[in-house]
Amino acid sequence: MFNDLEILETLRMFQEQHLDVRTITMGISLLDCATASHQETCRRIYDKISRRAADLVRVGDAISREYGIPIINRRIAVTPIALVAASGDSADYTCYAKALDAAAAQVGVDFIGGFSALVHKGSSHSDDNLIAAIPEALAGTNLVCASVNVATTRTGINMDAVRAMGEVILETARLTADRDAYGCCKLVVFANAPEDNPFMAGAFTGPGEPECAINVGVSGPGVVKHALEAVRGEDLGSVAETIKRAAFKITRVGQLVAREASRRLGVPFGIIDLSLAPTPVVGDSVARILEEMGLETCGAWGTTAALAMLNDAVKKGGTMASSFVGGLSGAFIPVSEDEGMIAAAASGRISLEKLEAMTSVCSVGIDMVAIPGDVSAATIAAIIADEMAIGTFNNKTTAVRLIPVPGKTVGDTVHYGGLLGSAPIMAVNPASAEAFIARGGRIPAPIHSMRN
Amino acid sequence: MTPNSQNAVITVVGRDRVGIIAAVAGLLADVQVNIKDISQTILQDIFTMIMLVDIRSMTVGILELGERLEQLGETIGISIRVQHADIFDTMHRI
Repeated sequence: MFNDLEILETLRMFQEQHLDVRTITMGISLLDCATASHQETCRRIYDKISRRAADLVRVGDAISREYGIPIINRRIAVTPIALVAASGDSADYTCYAKALDAAAAQVGVDFIGGFSALVHKGSSHSDDNLIAAIPEALAGTNLVCASVNVATTRTGINMDAVRAMGEVILETARLTADRDAYGCCKLVVFANAPEDNPFMAGAFTGPGEPECAINVGVSGPGVVKHALEAVRGEDLGSVAETIKRAAFKITRVGQLVAREASRRLGVPFGIIDLSLAPTPVVGDSVARILEEMGLETCGAWGTTAALAMLNDAVKKGGTMASSFVGGLSGAFIPVSEDEGMIAAAASGRISLEKLEAMTSVCSVGIDMVAIPGDVSAATIAAIIADEMAIGTFNNKTTAVRLIPVPGKTVGDTVHYGGLLGSAPIMAVNPASAEAFIARGGRIPAPIHSMRN
Repeated sequence: MTPNSQNAVITVVGRDRVGIIAAVAGLLADVQVNIKDISQTILQDIFTMIMLVDIRSMTVGILELGERLEQLGETIGISIRVQHADIFDTMHRI
């Protein structure tokens, strides 16, 4: 069957190298919850989630114990609320966030995503209502995550929405100032958002998704780092090959968990997300993989090339290990959630500009970066615009999760704890983009979007 | 990959002492678990035993077996884990 070395290798991956399944995320369509009454819609949302996800946590725990696989989070992703609430009789959408929060607490999941709007070409009244409600919704709930898709390669960039999101992020920071702008940790602005992403804060169930599906996100930077320790000094072809092999094994674990969860819950399997997701724990860092390849610090010249190769090799290894791959499927480089990245940012060796360059070759984008609280809404919008341009013009997903921390500035550090970690405040170029952002309108789709 | 195979892998790691195999095998016999293969090594002074067992006729669930083995491990000061064999198959076999 298998030999002792294989068994011990697997055990070490779980026990010493922090291999885990980051999340089992149940996607639930809420389209059939829409009614003309917001109270009735909220009631249906609560009922449907409570019913559909009733066994999610129990089944996840049982799989975790039977196979000895740590499963860190159980989550729910629902239809963008702007679609579900569109025919309702209230313009105040915070009630929907409260319904999601209550349902998530009832079934015991860690997060629920889908307080979302898709406005890449323009916004409906419902989208406007949802975006306006985001700051209060995030301040007034614990488990709800919000996301807004403001650009796609096919449609270009909705710069009115980009400008609005700059203001929404600042307002969310202000309303959660007592928790160092914690609300902003639960808010993502996307280009080319995937409809089946299991990772937070950007998970939602797109309109093209089935009634209900199980999507699984794996994590395993520690396994990749450990595997690379065995090929020190060898050439980069050998590094890529080693990463592929490790990625295959990591992804197979996700595939097993997804298959079992799908079978036991009676819900179809959707996708495995091949992203390498770090945590703030030592030995679980994407930045440390890049350093293992030969960089003194993540952020040094060479970082983008190393990351590009890592990201590509993970996909090549992972694709073969799973029957369906989707979601974000690319290495994550969140600053606060990665121990090596935190160290690089604290020592000043990595800048926002370098992070931006890195996002052109991996997912997701400028993620979990804390910036001074006095940065203007226009500057935040301009950072979003740059990141959206990288996604839109390179046919990939990009995202922005910025945390302007009120009262804090460069040199300070904010601590969120748990998976969210801690973040040194990073410097932002002070030159103004005010007039550019004030123009609004749309940036047209790139020429290579016309593929028909 | 054979889904839901009827095998489990038990790994015992800790300081060597008299009676580890006897204690584990006794518990397994009590719940009708058949031992198909045992191997043991001393890795860096740590006693490591790997058992492949057949759980088809087991009189308890795998979660309960895990709890009982864990309790036994605590009383004799070693770590005992049981895992469905699928995880090893999945990871190491295409």
